[in-house]
Amino acid sequence: MKIAFTSSGEALESALDSRFGRAPKFIIYDLEEESFEVLDNEINMNAAQGAGVQSAQRVARSGAGALVTGHCGPKAFRVLKAAGIKVYTSEAASVAEALKLYREGKLAEAGSADVEGHWA
Amino acid sequence: MIIAVASGKGGTGKTTVSANLARSLGHDVVLLDCDVEEPNAHLFIRGELLNSEVVGIPVPKVDEGLCDGCGECGDFCAYNAIVSFGTKAMVFPDMCHGCGGCSMVCPRKAISYFENRIGVVETIESEGVELVQGRLDVGVPMAPPLIRAVKRHIKPGKTAILDAPPGTSCPVISAIGGADYVSLVTEPTPFGLHDLELAVEMVRELAIPFGVIVNRVGVGDDRVHAFCAREGIPVLLEIPDDRRIAEAYSRGVLVVDALPEYRGLFCDLFAKVEVLSTGGVRAR
Repeated sequence: MKIAFTSSGEALESALDSRFGRAPKFIIYDLEEESFEVLDNEINMNAAQGAGVQSAQRVARSGAGALVTGHCGPKAFRVLKAAGIKVYTSEAASVAEALKLYREGKLAEAGSADVEGHWA
Repeated sequence: MIIAVASGKGGTGKTTVSANLARSLGHDVVLLDCDVEEPNAHLFIRGELLNSEVVGIPVPKVDEGLCDGCGECGDFCAYNAIVSFGTKAMVFPDMCHGCGGCSMVCPRKAISYFENRIGVVETIESEGVELVQGRLDVGVPMAPPLIRAVKRHIKPGKTAILDAPPGTSCPVISAIGGADYVSLVTEPTPFGLHDLELAVEMVRELAIPFGVIVNRVGVGDDRVHAFCAREGIPVLLEIPDDRRIAEAYSRGVLVVDALPEYRGLFCDLFAKVEVLSTGGVRAR
């Protein structure tokens, strides 16, 4: 399965970004292959509206089955849920740490959005 | 002629000017309250409600039986109001701007529309002045479509006065676009000047001739006048900081009714705008 992580950079050591819709990048990690690809999300950092919706669409198209982020807004959550993607929130400092917590089963699945939407 | 009354800073006196101007003209005039988020001209121009129409914007609805999740709609939408990613399409009505594009690009013809209500437009008649106001439903994030609906009541042969919302954002642009002249109302203070400069920049961008009305002269200083002189912007009208104006306003009474000596000022304003709109200050 592939997991998407919100990231501020292109390496696993990069900080886990606390926002979903406006995260600069997504790291899509393939658990079986133990490799990952980086998706650039700059277009949504400055979007006036719909950043969460657009980002969720991209994550869904990447084939990820789960998402780990700091926070997730209501519209993004609705899209992710419709796509069948499990959403986990985490305060982990880096993508690598969040991945480790996921593997250890220590991440809690989010049942709903945990923040309101916001503009850039 | 279409005259827009706008401002940078809020609370400078747009509605005071537009309502009093409308009453001073007295006939063949339609006052359009384009501040649809909080219309207030009706507090001063009171009369019989002639008509109320519900306004909506066309929001897509997807026939799931026809949709194959191709994603063309989501790719097309500039507002992320419709998404599709291998499953059926999902709509976010409050982000939709009603452009109709998704329906046009859908190869399966799966998208049709329903009218998503955003507010009402009401027409009121008051002793020769027609007041048209928009009232946006609470919680609706998008004012421009309702403002455009209000402006559809502009009639040829009647002077139209557009009472714009404050500031320089999308609703303001929707309100003043297409006007023959813009009067920017300000107060002679630092905040007044700061926001006036932003408004001037906006009106220049729109290339509509404009002038400035200074309200509450005496309450601040002369920096606004100095700015207008430097920039070659005509000062159309100066309203003194007269406490009696505030007293009339707080009772919902028009200045020109409470203090008839002010009628002349507003008639002069109109005469000046008529002259300036045909050859006045243009954008640089």
